[in-house]
Amino acid sequence: MKALYTGAVLLAAASIVLSGCSKNENKANETAANAVANNAAAGAVDLTDAQEKYRAYGIEQCDQFIIETEKFVNAVKAGDIDTAKQLYAPTRMYYERIEPIAESLGDFDPNIDARENDVPDADWRGFHRIEKSLWVDNSAEGMNEFADRLLSDVKALRALMETVEVDSTMLVTGAVELLNEVSSSKVTGEEERYSRTDLYDFVANVEGAKKIYELLKPTLEQKDADLEKQIGDRFAELEGQLEKYKSGDGYVLFTELKETDTKALSQSLDALAEPLSQMGTILGA
Amino acid sequence: MTEKKNRPEKQGGMWSKPVSRRDLLKMAGVGGAGLLLGGLGTGGLLGAKGLLQENKASAQSGDIVDFYGSHQAGITTPSQDFICFASFDVTTKDASDVRELFKKWTEAAAAITSGELIGTANDNGNLPPSDTGEAAGLNPSRITITFGVGPSFFDDRFGLASKRPAGFEPLPHFNGDALREEWNGGDLGVQVCANDMQVAFHAIRNLARIARGKAVLRWTQEGFQRTSGSDEAGATPRNLMGFKDGTGNPDIRDEQTMNEVVWAQSGDGASWMAGGSYMVVRRIRIRVEVWDRSTLKDQEGTFGRHRDSGAPIGSRGEFDKVDLNAKDEKGKPAIPMDSHVRLARGDGSLRILRRSYSYSSGLDKTTGQLDAGLLFISYQRDIAKQFIPLQRKLATDRLNEYILHHGSAVFACFPGVRKGGYIGETLL
Repeated sequence: MKALYTGAVLLAAASIVLSGCSKNENKANETAANAVANNAAAGAVDLTDAQEKYRAYGIEQCDQFIIETEKFVNAVKAGDIDTAKQLYAPTRMYYERIEPIAESLGDFDPNIDARENDVPDADWRGFHRIEKSLWVDNSAEGMNEFADRLLSDVKALRALMETVEVDSTMLVTGAVELLNEVSSSKVTGEEERYSRTDLYDFVANVEGAKKIYELLKPTLEQKDADLEKQIGDRFAELEGQLEKYKSGDGYVLFTELKETDTKALSQSLDALAEPLSQMGTILGA
Repeated sequence: MTEKKNRPEKQGGMWSKPVSRRDLLKMAGVGGAGLLLGGLGTGGLLGAKGLLQENKASAQSGDIVDFYGSHQAGITTPSQDFICFASFDVTTKDASDVRELFKKWTEAAAAITSGELIGTANDNGNLPPSDTGEAAGLNPSRITITFGVGPSFFDDRFGLASKRPAGFEPLPHFNGDALREEWNGGDLGVQVCANDMQVAFHAIRNLARIARGKAVLRWTQEGFQRTSGSDEAGATPRNLMGFKDGTGNPDIRDEQTMNEVVWAQSGDGASWMAGGSYMVVRRIRIRVEVWDRSTLKDQEGTFGRHRDSGAPIGSRGEFDKVDLNAKDEKGKPAIPMDSHVRLARGDGSLRILRRSYSYSSGLDKTTGQLDAGLLFISYQRDIAKQFIPLQRKLATDRLNEYILHHGSAVFACFPGVRKGGYIGETLL
């Protein structure tokens, strides 16, 4: 995926995924690429407005992500375990909302969000590396370097976000991708294996998907009002269910969920993801 | 049909086109393969030719069981090789959503059983295909899909309490029950049977997908029996205890008997069930490790039949009369008093149509023993008058030492559907 943000392959990639590029270098190319992408993927539907708003959303989330990560990193470096633990899960939510973008931008996801054994031990860094130290060892010792790397990775992500090009196909499928993230690792409790704060990621992924749905809603209403309503209803249902697990400003730990809870959450998620996966209908055949 | 007009222009793999499997079968039958194959490359041509020839043979031997009819298929249909059973919980509280689900299920079932792809979005690059695709190009394999509703469907959610057939409730506790919550009940029951497991699984998977947001899977169980390929004569199948199972079944070709034993009649009470049938499902674990260390004599005494021939003890042929008065050389009953056949058969007045399959579901995690047994299914006109008294008689069955009833469910299976109608339309 690294190659995606090098200008040379931009043209080829433009119609496939969200692609990062440098605006300065590729101004002319970009216009051409957009035209191709729009014709090929979007058909007659013009989603330029939604695409632009989504890009702005990504940047806004990223800005907050830096601010919160900085606080988290400072707590880790100060050895303030309690504060670090408190900040850990809420900070990650900014990332989880826009995960598909980050994943499309090369190595950011493994650097920021890899779990143990996702990558070779020597390369393991990011949030989960620090999570393990905080919760398993109840210590921040030896974490300074990881903390600094994390902040610089997050800043690099932000810099690249500036140049990201949101393509209509990616926008439409990104919502389902976010729910697939929940399905594969959050609802199973595999994401936050030490802190058990999986529900924070769960909620953030759902919020990210909802953002996309809201941006596409006007178009969807015109194209398939029943589908639009069904998706809206099922978001409401899932949100209502998640509401039950609120605790203070955050959410209960995954360990407090019974099997019947995770099963019900998972089934509601599937019920939402199915119609959500039909949003591509606005792109035509 | 616009689909057919599109066909010659389209390129690519044969199955990316809206050509139904049924179309293929038809074309194979009239020798239209050349026309159909015009747009394919060499590889596709060779592959497709083989496919057409294969399908031609099986089409002639009748691989489509009609979905529409006065009764649902899959009840008095001769047993296919495999079963995929699914029990669902309805999650919507809106009766109109359930009706919508029944309509969509009907459309899907009609397509699946005739070998067509489900839905219309199977060639739109911007959408997930409406059919999951694993049965594309496969012979329909005599697939049948049979739908029913459980007693819980008649609670206060959908305003149907007054339509609950008298006595239609979860089965009472029987001696030997070891029921486990995860294998019990359900608002909706779907029995899928086919001569190909992949074809059967495809149906359950797609029905569950269509149900999302309206109903969720509660439990599923797959099952098998010897295939027609390994027993062309179609002898009575053997269960996992090695004994023939189903010898005493009533004759499915005898319409009058089926009306007496299987089909609910218009005067039976619930008028919406006329032409339907009540299904009992029991997931019965066989303690195979224990059974396997019992002597042949014990095993035969347990069933009251000879293992090899299936004949009643003391007789020679499988279908010989079960003589409960026969004595052995010591003057004791030849067929033991606690044997399965004696208790199950009785005086022959209690009859049900059994349609069971064996199952194997890996290991029991706590013991490391095989979780295998019988997915017992029976159809009857009235559960309270037929199944329950029969099962009560089995309280002293010697077989109980070797089996555990882990699952139990009952479903009222709708009457058949006519084209343009939908399953459950007499009820909802």
